[in-house]
Amino acid sequence: MGIPYSYSFRNLWTRRLTTVLTASGMGLVVFVFAATLMLTEGLEKTLVETGSSDNVVLLRKSANSEVQSGVERDQASLLESQPEIAIGADGRPLLAKELVVLINLKKRVGDKPANVIIRGIDAASLKLRPAVRLKEGRMPRPGSAEVVAGESVAQRFKGCGLGETLRFGMRDWRVVGVFDAGATGFSSEIWGDRDQMMQAFRRPVYSSMIFRLRDTGAFDAYKARVEADPRLTVEAKRETQYYLDQSEAMAKFLRILGLVLTVIFSIGAVIGATITMYAAVANRVTEIGTLRALGFQRKSILASFIIEALLLGLCGGILGIFAASFMQLITISTMNWASFSELAFSFTLNFSIVWKSLLFSAVMGFVGGALPALRASRMNIVEALRAT
Amino acid sequence: MPEASAPIVRIRNLSKAYRRGTQVIPVLTDINFDIARGEFVALMGPSGSGKSTLLNLIAGIDSADQGSIQVGDVEITTLGESDLARWRAGSVGFIFQFYNLIPVLTAYENVELPLLLTHLSRRERSEHVEAVLNVVGLADRMDHYPSQLSGGQQQRVAIARAIVTDPEILVADEPTGDLDRASAEEILQLMDRLVREFGKTVIMVTHDPRAAEKAHLIRHLEKGELSVT
Ligand SMILES: Nc1ncnc2c1ncn2[C@@H]1O[C@H](COP(=O)(O)OP(=O)(O)OP(=O)(O)O)[C@@H](O)[C@H]1O
Ligand SMILES: [Mg+2]
Repeated sequence: MGIPYSYSFRNLWTRRLTTVLTASGMGLVVFVFAATLMLTEGLEKTLVETGSSDNVVLLRKSANSEVQSGVERDQASLLESQPEIAIGADGRPLLAKELVVLINLKKRVGDKPANVIIRGIDAASLKLRPAVRLKEGRMPRPGSAEVVAGESVAQRFKGCGLGETLRFGMRDWRVVGVFDAGATGFSSEIWGDRDQMMQAFRRPVYSSMIFRLRDTGAFDAYKARVEADPRLTVEAKRETQYYLDQSEAMAKFLRILGLVLTVIFSIGAVIGATITMYAAVANRVTEIGTLRALGFQRKSILASFIIEALLLGLCGGILGIFAASFMQLITISTMNWASFSELAFSFTLNFSIVWKSLLFSAVMGFVGGALPALRASRMNIVEALRAT
Repeated sequence: MPEASAPIVRIRNLSKAYRRGTQVIPVLTDINFDIARGEFVALMGPSGSGKSTLLNLIAGIDSADQGSIQVGDVEITTLGESDLARWRAGSVGFIFQFYNLIPVLTAYENVELPLLLTHLSRRERSEHVEAVLNVVGLADRMDHYPSQLSGGQQQRVAIARAIVTDPEILVADEPTGDLDRASAEEILQLMDRLVREFGKTVIMVTHDPRAAEKAHLIRHLEKGELSVT
C-alpha cells in the first residue's frame, strides 16, 4: 500500500485558497472547452432533430441547400410516381413539393434585419414533420395569403406574432397561427400555401421535394436509380443527412475556434498548476524526506503528488462544468451558414461532454503536476531531512 | 543463529567523505563500533563531528564510501535503494529533533503510516496503533492533528510511530533538542522505558549531557573518529 489518497486530498484542502485559485484557472479552460462542445452539440442536435431518417429530400444536383435548389415541374411529376413513396392514411402519397425562399425581416429588438426562411407547403408537409405542432391559431387555408410562424420567429421578428401582418413578395400576409417545432430548425421558419407563394415570388419551379419512404431500407437502391436516370437532375439525401450536412461548416468552425481557445488557455492553466505544485513540493521537503525515511519508495511519493495534481485538475473540471451547465439556459441565434437564415439553438450538455471535460481537466492536472512530482520523488533523503 | 551477546549493530572500517568540487571533506574515518542488543547509546561530540552522518548511515538513509554496517543479520551497505527502503520500513524507527509528523494527518494516522507498508489488515493496524499510543500515553489524543499537540506530545506521537512496526533499532537525532526541560525529561524517560521494558535498542545523538546521562553508554565523536568514555 502506498501513501493514502487522503494525504493528497487534505493537502489540497489545507491550502484551499491556492487550490481554488489554481483550479479556477483550469476551470476557465474547461468552461471554454465544454461550452464549445455544448454549442456544437446543440447545433447538431437541432439540425439532426429537424430531419427524420425515413424522409428523403430531393434537391437539384450540387445544390447545397433547399434555397439554392430547383426542381422542374416535369421532373417533379416523374418523381411523384415512384414506388418507394409511402402512402398516407388518406390514400395519398406522403410527398410534398415545396418552395423555400429567404426573405429579410426586422427583429423586434434593435430593428436589425436578418434572413428568415419562408416555406411554401403542400398538403403532406405537416404530416412529414412530426416535430411540428400547431400551438396557437390555425393552419393557413389553401389558396389564401395566410402564414403560420415558427415559435422562435414569432417571438423574435416584427410582424410575425399571431394576428400580425407581414409584407413580402409584394403582398400582405396574415399570421394565423404559431407552431411549435421543438428544438428543430423549423422553429425558425414561416410556412404558407405553396402555390400562393410561387405566384408571389414569381417562381416557376419547386425548390425541393420531400417524401416518406415506404421501407427505410430501400433508400440506397432508390438513390442509385434516381440519380442515374438521364431524365432527372436531382440528388436524393436522407433528411437527417441533409440537415447534418447543413451544420457541418458551422460545427467545424466552432470546433476549430474552441480548439484554438482551449489550447491557448490550457497552456496558462497548466503553467499555473505547475507553479502551485512546485510550491507544494518546496513546502513539504522535510515531509517528503520523512516519508522516504519511513520506507516509502520514490514511486509512492511520485504517485502521491501526481494524485494531488489530478485532484486539483478535477476540481477545476468540476468548477468548469458547473459554470458551463448554466449556459444551457442561453439560446443562441446565429446564421445557418448554408442557407444564411437565422437559426435558434441552445448549448446542450450531455454525459459525453461531462466525461470529456473531466478527462481533459485531469490531463491538465497531470501535465502540470508531472515535473513537480518528479522533483519530489528524486530528492535525496538526508538533504530533504536537513531542510528543516 | 546469533548468540544472545551478538551485537545488533556491527560497524567495520566505515569511512565517509563529502566532495565539494575537487575538495574532499572527510567526515568519518575508519569507524569500528558495536552496539549490543537492548543498549541505550548516546553519541556526543562537537558540532560538525559527523554524529548525524553516522546515525544516518546506521539507519540506512545515507550511503557509505567504504566499510561495512551490519544491523541484525543484514549487511545494509550492499542493499539497493528499494530493498533499503523496505528494510528501513521493518527494521528502523526514526525519532527526529523536530518530530517530523505529517501535519495533515491525525496522531492516529501518523502512527499508522509505517504500517501501511506492511501486510496488516485495517483491524490489525488499528490494534497496533492503539497499543503504542497507550504506551506513550496519548490514546486520548489520537484524533488530534499535530498542530493541536504540544511539542512534547508531538514527540511522543513520533515515538509511537517509530515503535509501531516493532523495529530492531531506534535512531534519534537530538530528540530533546527542541523541547523544554520538563518535556525533554519525559521523552528521555519514555526512551529509557522502551529500552528497559520492551528491550529496544536506542541510538541517540545529543548535545545535552543530561540527556546522555540516561544512556548506558556514551560514545564521543571527534573529527570523524570515535572514542569511548
Ligand atoms: N551534503 C553535504 N555536503 C558537504 N558537506 C556536508 C554535507 N552534509 C554534511 N556535511 C559535513 O559533514 C560534517 C558532519 O556533519 P554532521 O551533520 O554529521 O555533523 P553533526 O555532528 O551532526 O553536527 P551537529 O551537531 O551540528 O548536528 C560537517 O562538517 C558538515 O559540514
Ligand atoms: Mg547533527
